[in-house]
Amino acid sequence: MTFRVHVRVIPRPGLLDPQGQAVEHALGSLGFGGVRDVRVGKAIELGIEAATPAEAEAAARRMCERLLANPVTEDVVVAVDA
Amino acid sequence: MPRSAVIRFPGRNCETETLRAIARAGGEPALLDYRDTDLQGAQGVILPGGFSYGDYLRSGAIARFAPVMGPLRALAESGAPVLGICNGFQILCEAHLLPGALLHNTQQRFTARPVDIRIERTDTACTGHYTRGQVIRVPLAHGEGRFVADEATLDALETANQVVLRYVTVPGSDLPANPNGATRDIAGICNPEGNVVGFMPHPERLADPVLGDDVGLGFFTALVERCRGAEVGA
Repeated sequence: MTFRVHVRVIPRPGLLDPQGQAVEHALGSLGFGGVRDVRVGKAIELGIEAATPAEAEAAARRMCERLLANPVTEDVVVAVDA
Repeated sequence: MPRSAVIRFPGRNCETETLRAIARAGGEPALLDYRDTDLQGAQGVILPGGFSYGDYLRSGAIARFAPVMGPLRALAESGAPVLGICNGFQILCEAHLLPGALLHNTQQRFTARPVDIRIERTDTACTGHYTRGQVIRVPLAHGEGRFVADEATLDALETANQVVLRYVTVPGSDLPANPNGATRDIAGICNPEGNVVGFMPHPERLADPVLGDDVGLGFFTALVERCRGAEVGA
């Protein structure tokens, strides 16, 4: 069956994220207090043919290693819809 | 005549200047396509600047899987000169032919202006016509040129003398130095052997006196000479 897989790609901790900084600054300007460590990444949604959710997740992780994320600069979070 | 190939990816825009620079440097330029599966006898390859595949996902992330990258990797591993300029540098990093990565400029804007760079290493594929410590001013144009790597990789690059070009501030200059927030002001690096080089500036845009100066031609003259050496050696 086809599983809906969500991949979140986020700049690695410690890496300067100018987009995140700009968003944090803008939120402060709008009066949203107490917002820290804003990071801006990307979300990728995939429909993956697999037998089980675990298999779909494993496939997505292999895709992350090969193409979807750069381990030098990005971390990934993978989640499969039940 | 030594043959130097320039590879065109979809979205490329600097191949014409690069081909002209090779010709002015005394080489035989050959324009190859990203779908080519052989390098048509080229002794050296330049991945020129521009864009590739819309730079979707990350600059160079999709281009690195193009058919031409197989023979390119084999050529690089044989010790032949391979140069990536701007988007070409991004592709070489994504292909792991060079370490590190290139991220959006700190100022979050595309930046196009002259930049002062210092030649840090001359025994590479393309810097033998300059002297170590020489500072030259060349054009630069990119949105994603902030070189990053983890501290251990950066230290290893410095120790092994793999930083080829660095952004510098010339005393009295009105140009701010580092144009993109690159770590340790790194503008270009090479592999340990020095035959694979990548950098962000665009010397091909200043390689003909008709453009005001040809200070950038030296990169192409040096690369063509490396190709000639390979030709004689074969």
